[in-house]
Formats: sequence, C-alpha cells, structure tokens
Amino acid sequence: MTKAYTPGLKVAASTIYRVRRLLPVPGDVRVQVGARVQADAVIAETFLDGDVFPVKAASLLGVQPGELPPLMLKKVGDPVQTGEVIAQSKGIFGMMRTQAKSTAAGTIESISGTTGMVLLRGPQTPVQVRAFVCGEVVEVMPREGAVIETPAAFIQGIFGVGGESWGPLVAASPQPTEDLTALQISSAMQGAVVFAGGRMTAEAIAAARAAGVAALVCGGIDDADLKDVLGHDLGVAVTGNERIGITLIVTEGFGSIAMARRTFDLLMSLVGKQASVNGATQIRAGVIRPEITVPLAECSSASLASRGGTAGLLLIGTPVRIIRDPYFGLLGSVSRLPEKPEALASGSIARVLEVQLDDGSRVTVPRANVELIES
Amino acid sequence: MRIVATDCGSTTTKAILIEEIDGVFRQTFRAEAPTTVEEPLADVTIGVTNSITELQELSGYRLVADDGTIIRRAAGSKGDGCDVYISTSSAGGGLQMMVAGVVREMTAESAKRAALGAGAIVMDTIASNDRRRPHEQIQRIRELRPDMVLISGGTDGGDGKKVVELAELIAPARPRPRFGGEYRLPLIFAGNKAVRGDIERIFSSEGFALSVVDNLRPTLEQENLGPARERIHDVFLEHVMAHAPGYDKLIEWTNAPIMPTPGAVGDILQAIARERKINVVGVDIGGATTDLFSVFGGIFNRTVSANLGMSYSVSNVCAEAGMEQVLRWVHLDMDERELRNRVKNKMIRPTTIPQTHDALVFEQAVAREALRLAYAQHRAFATKLKGVQQQRTVGDTFRQDEGAGSIVDPMLLDLLVASGGVLSHAPRFEQTFLLMIDSFEPTGFTAIAKDSIFMMPHLGVLASINTRAAMEVFERDCLVPLGWCAAPKGEVRIGKPALSFELRGERGVIAKGALNGGEFRLVRLAMGERATLEVRPERGLDMGAGAGKPASRAIEGGAVGVLIDARGRPLQFPKDHAERRKAVASWVEAAEVYEHA
Repeated sequence: MTKAYTPGLKVAASTIYRVRRLLPVPGDVRVQVGARVQADAVIAETFLDGDVFPVKAASLLGVQPGELPPLMLKKVGDPVQTGEVIAQSKGIFGMMRTQAKSTAAGTIESISGTTGMVLLRGPQTPVQVRAFVCGEVVEVMPREGAVIETPAAFIQGIFGVGGESWGPLVAASPQPTEDLTALQISSAMQGAVVFAGGRMTAEAIAAARAAGVAALVCGGIDDADLKDVLGHDLGVAVTGNERIGITLIVTEGFGSIAMARRTFDLLMSLVGKQASVNGATQIRAGVIRPEITVPLAECSSASLASRGGTAGLLLIGTPVRIIRDPYFGLLGSVSRLPEKPEALASGSIARVLEVQLDDGSRVTVPRANVELIES
Repeated sequence: MRIVATDCGSTTTKAILIEEIDGVFRQTFRAEAPTTVEEPLADVTIGVTNSITELQELSGYRLVADDGTIIRRAAGSKGDGCDVYISTSSAGGGLQMMVAGVVREMTAESAKRAALGAGAIVMDTIASNDRRRPHEQIQRIRELRPDMVLISGGTDGGDGKKVVELAELIAPARPRPRFGGEYRLPLIFAGNKAVRGDIERIFSSEGFALSVVDNLRPTLEQENLGPARERIHDVFLEHVMAHAPGYDKLIEWTNAPIMPTPGAVGDILQAIARERKINVVGVDIGGATTDLFSVFGGIFNRTVSANLGMSYSVSNVCAEAGMEQVLRWVHLDMDERELRNRVKNKMIRPTTIPQTHDALVFEQAVAREALRLAYAQHRAFATKLKGVQQQRTVGDTFRQDEGAGSIVDPMLLDLLVASGGVLSHAPRFEQTFLLMIDSFEPTGFTAIAKDSIFMMPHLGVLASINTRAAMEVFERDCLVPLGWCAAPKGEVRIGKPALSFELRGERGVIAKGALNGGEFRLVRLAMGERATLEVRPERGLDMGAGAGKPASRAIEGGAVGVLIDARGRPLQFPKDHAERRKAVASWVEAAEVYEHA
C-alpha cells in the first residue's frame, strides 16, 4: 500500500500540553519546579536593552575624531539627561567653546576616537513572561524561563491574528454552521473567549471589540473583513503582533465555511472552562499555527499513547479535510489511494486520492489538497 | 552509476534519479513530498526520505532502508541503493542575510550582489546614505533576525572612518540571530583592509562570530565578490544549516556540501551562458520568493524578490500588483470576493494545487504579475558598477524608462529559461510559453525554454562533483526548448498595421503574413526543425536593427513553435473592460493555451 505524508492540524480532546515560556534575553525566573501557576502569573522577567542614539560629538565640536576623548565631560557608563552637555571644546583662550549635548536620556555606551561618535543607550524596558496556561512548572531553565505542563484539550486553528489571551470559553451559537453576527455578542462576554461555528462577520468583530471580548474563534472569515480589521491587506501570513484589542482565530479558512463538527463539539463540551488562546500564525519556515488550549483536571492515558507514531501518514480510512476548491472545507475519509498519477480537470497530472465524504459520496482530489484531521 | 539528488524547497522536497545508461547520464525518475522542517515533524530528512520512497516506488529500485536512511551500494555493485546522494536546500526560509556598506549605490550594492549571488535573501541593506537616521537604522537592525551579516565599505587604502562608524552602529544594536539561544551571529567583513583591526575590536564581544575576507570592492572600478560568496557558503553550512531541523543528519548523508538552491541554479545558468556564448535570463518562481538570474556579457546577477511567490506570498503578489492588474489576464467570469478568499486560503495552506480549470487560469494570472514585478526589480538592480566615471550622452541623461541603465537589455537577450512549480508543472507547454512572453515582454528574437521538472538546482550541485553528468542531463533531459518569440520594441496602435513576417524553412516558406497592433500569431515549428524568421516592423517599431528596419534570425523549433508578437512593448491592453477580455480570450485561443478555453 502507498504511504504518503500529509500535514494536518491537531484537534485533541485530551492531551498533555507543554509550553516553553522563554525570555527574549536572560533575566530572572520567578517560579520553581512543581509550582502550580495561573495563566496570568509572571514566571520570568527581565529588562531589554534600551534604544541606541548616536551623537556625532567630534563633528559638533569641530574637532578631529581622535581629539574627542579628552574633550568628553562624561565617561562610558555615566548617566545623562536629554540636552545635557557631554563634551566641550577647548575654545580660544577658554572662550567661544562649542558643546555636544545628549539627544536622549540614558547612559554613555561608547566613545569612539576613530569616528568621533558617542553612542547613548536609552533606559531599559521591562519585559515579563506570563504562564499563558494554568498548569504545573515541570522544568526551569535558569535565567531563561520555564516549561508549563497541563492536561488539556488542544485545538490548532488554521489562521489567526492578535497575540496571547485567555478567559472563560463561551459559545455564541449552538450550531456549527451559523455565522457569528453582532446580535450574538453581548456585554456579558467581556474578557471571554467566544466561539461560533460559521464565519465571523465584520459587524460581529466590531461588536466583540467594543464589548471587550478577549478572543473570537470561528470557522471562517472573509478576506475583506480581515482587511478592515487590520487596516491593510495582509500580504504574508506572519501574524501575532497586531494591536487590534482582540485575538481572532479561524479553524477552517477564508470564506463562509463551517467549523468541523468534531472541533465544534469539542469546544461545546468545554464551555465555561478557562481557555488560553494565541492567534500568532507564521506560514513560513518553522510554521506556527494559532492555538486554543483548555486545561483539564486530568488526561486520559489513551490520548497520550496516540500522540506521535502515525502522525502524518495517509492510509485508507484516515479522516481528512479537503482544503481547496471545488470541494473546499468538506470532510471525509480516504477511500482509495491510487499509486499512479491521474489527470485533473485543470489538465495537470498529479497523485490523487479518493475521499468518501460524510454524506457518503466519493470525490477524487489531489493528495496535496487534503489535510489530516489529527487527534 | 546511480545518483539520487534532492532539493528541499520551502514547500516540497523534490527528488530525481539520474542513471548512466549506455555511457550517457540521463534523468530517469522524479518524485516529490511535502517538506518537513516544520512542527510536528521538524526534521527535513523525513520529507527527503518520503520523496525518495516515492522515487523507489516509481523506479522499482530499493533506495531507502527500513530505518529511513538512504541505501548506498558498494562501488561497482549493481544492487540496491545509489552511488551518490546530493542535495540543495531553500527550506527553513533559505539563507537570510543583512548586508551593510558605506555608500548605498556602491559598496552596499556590491555587498548585496555578493549575498544574492551566494543564494541569500537580503532582508535589508544598511548604508550610511540610505536616508534613514542612525537611530532608525539601529532600530531596524534590532528588529531583524538574520542568519548572518555581511559588512563592506571603503576601497582598500581609501577612507576607513565611514565603515568603522557603520560597524559601531551594528555592534551595539546586537542583532539577534534567527535560531536564538547559544547561536553566535556570523558576521563577515569584506571591506577596507586597513580597518580590519578596528572591526575585530568592535565585534570582539561574545555574541558575534567574525570572519574577515578580501575587500569586495578593492577599487571603485573593480568588484571582487568571489571570496565573500565562498565565505557565505561556508558559514551557511557551518552555522545556519547545522541549526536547521534535521540538517545535521542530512549533511552527513550527502556526498557534496549542501548548497543553497539559488546558488546551484546560478552556477548551472552561468555554465550555459559560458558554453553557448549567449545572454541568458532564468527565473525560478517558488512558493515564497521569485529568483531572477541573468548573465549578460558574462556578468552574472541574481535578485530575490522575497515576497513574490505562488503560495506563501501569493496574497502579497495580489496586494502589490493590485487585483485589477491580476484580473486583466483572465478571460473568464470570476467573482472578486471569492477570488480574494481563495488567495488567502492558498496562502494559509501553501501546498495545495489547482484542481479546476478556473483555478489554474487564475493561478497563472497571478504568476504573470509575480514574474513581471520580479523582473522589473531585477532589471533595476542589474546595472553597471556605480561610482565609476562613465560618459553619458544627452539622450541617456533624459532616459527615464524602467530599467534604464540596466545591463539586462531585452533586445540582447538570447535565451529565457523558465523554472519553478507554476512554470514547470503547467499542464501544457503553451501555457508556460505565453506566460513567459506576457511577463517578460522580450523584444527582438528570443528563445524560450523551460526546466522540464525543475532540476537545475540538482544539476548545479551535481556539477560540483561530476560536471559531465550534470551537462549531459542538462542538454538531454533538463531544458525543454519551447520556441521563439519575435516582438518589436515600441508602442503599437491597436488594430493598425504593425509588422509583416516570413518564416522560411529548408523546403520553402512555412508561414508569412501581416499583423496589426494588439495581435500575435503562433506558427508551429517542430522540435529541432531549422528556419529563418524575417520580421519587417512598421515605422517606429524596432526588431533590433533600428526603427522600421527589417531583421532576421536563424531559429530552431520547440515544443510550441514561433510566436510573432505585435502587441507592443510595453504590452498594450484595450482600455475597455469588454474589449480587454475579448483580446485576452483571442490570445488564449491563438496560442492554444488551454484545451477548453
């Protein structure tokens, strides 16, 4: 039998979720192995180097670069204020001295006798790393961060915008096919992770932002609506740093598309629990997909055993999602895996497979146009 | 001898099998599988093994052992396995560099040329005169996460202060490498040799791994890119590849150093230009980027259009070109809202392929715009050395056309080579042929060929260990001649006489006729058939012999034939929407682009 690898998104009712929470530069870790932490707990903190501001001091003083060091009134490491004199020329008989002033507050980073430039380092910026999920600290990397672990339900979305957020999981509609409209958003959803099955409309997103909803999770979104939310057309799918006041995650793709029944049912079973979400998506080297994590009290051992191993293998019976038109979004299972490439309607010759759809009908699609529904 | 070669692209890993049959090397089988540098697999060798497993199924040879490694056979053995395994790679985003030089148009541009020629994507070029203020430059350096940095500046014996100043800006900005952690950021200095001591002092901190090579611009009139390029390749292998997922294993598997894919393509194209004494433009349109290569008068240039590609970057192509520009190539009814969603779906699921006719038509329309934009960027970059005193005529001074001053002159172009998924895998040769003509708008007489199954990267690296095998496969199996394009330079008047032509073969006239502005004619000329094409342009149009003067050239047939193009250069569309669609439909029909247009 032919074996082929196909990428897929993870939808797991119960798994062990492990997340590395690292500082961008070394700092202090505030937790110890074995500690229980909440999602918003600060587990590590540090200070990032301040901005660098160059001052062409020799040029300002009208001297050669090599003449600058003895004319400096401040030395490396000294604190300075904006506008403070940092160097002064000798002048003529002590008169008509010219001065070089600091253009920013900070410390003197370096003084160059080769170029006559003084570099100022601005004040440091504090950075805190929070736990992100409620769980147990299972590993501490000194000065770097920690690993948090928890049994959890875990769902990978296909695309998202906005960064990390958390809140109680709230269902906006009981149907996986129903689009999310503004009418379904209420002020009671403030701080919540709200999900619905169909497409998130522009009006619903606007209403959710106004109501202070932490995150929206839906099946699809229209490109035009995303453009409105972001204020620009997204060229490359590298997201997560948008400052739009909400995190948006879609599980299926762009357009009017319903959330996979399995994903929707799983979310429905978790309503009321605390969910941690991250919209960051990077569809480039080292792909990152958005995540929805719902910590659980415990994890069944069966789901642990199923992790890894057959991940990525296409076999007869494997559940798949078709991810390109004309059958975009349909779900089914692999019913045939022909070895020889076949002709497509486009005229291309490609390796294909046959999918038995959930309604019992069978369609043939390129192997490249399906993804596994991993569990 | 049996050779297995893979190219690990950002989307797919492509494997080919090359065998020596009756004393001649031929490419016999090909296969591909999704690249696996990402989670959950995060190991490039899985995709490699999968692609070679498919090669094994197709060829019937056992090439992969039960443990997933590639089977090697003993010298002289006729059993399972292969004798040589080689690979190129652009997965993991390829090689990403930041370059810096003192003057943007001189040393910084030379540094950029060196990095691009070595196969890198240049994330940014920092120069003393790049119109950014120093703190803005520092901020930018801090945001970037390059794999390595190349610094140049100053001619040998010239002013050293500016390049030291540049280094003093870069060092405290502490650019963070992409792979983070313990990784020390490789930094190559290829500038004024008089300041090497200062550079070593500035970058002596722990965060940098500094290496110093010969100045890449020792004098204003001279560019010496070789040492910097070689060092970039070494650093790519020693530092970057070694940190990418699974590459430590892959490096052990290969018989030759893994090359960045574009570096290998550049090598093979330079070899063709040298052997045939011609000017060549080659394109490789990938999922994330489009690489353009040119060799004109022996001078090699490469550019990477980092966000012009057919999957990861497809949305950016539409955003940059504008959906209206994309849709001008489409002759079918399409709903723009639906198309925008399709574009985004392709972006987030980059490995999918068009299944329907409509999807293919749209994808090829996007490809035209990606190629057009990438070629414009290439022509603007591939110029003579700047900073060198040149005599200019009054006419030159007032020339403002796109690509003015570029050494890539479409009239002098002899061969245009197409490669990359959307071009190599197009179901019909006619599609690739017209797509290339529409995008590149060649003028005069230009031969067009395609890399049959995108094996130029494989052959580029193969040439480094077995030149004969590489050239034999290249001539016999790699390049597929599609045909010739003959097009006059200049604006035509739609519907008014533009040119007349005569195609004469060994047994007399094959075709002759006259074309009005906005039309073209495809004449079939079989592969290998020789003929002479004479084109007589109307006043104001130039085939290379001067405006209104006839020109002729000996040509050879190909998989498509000869296209005599009177659509004007730049290519002109009817302004009216319905007329435009009618014109595009007539082009599609005339060139027999689709089986059911």
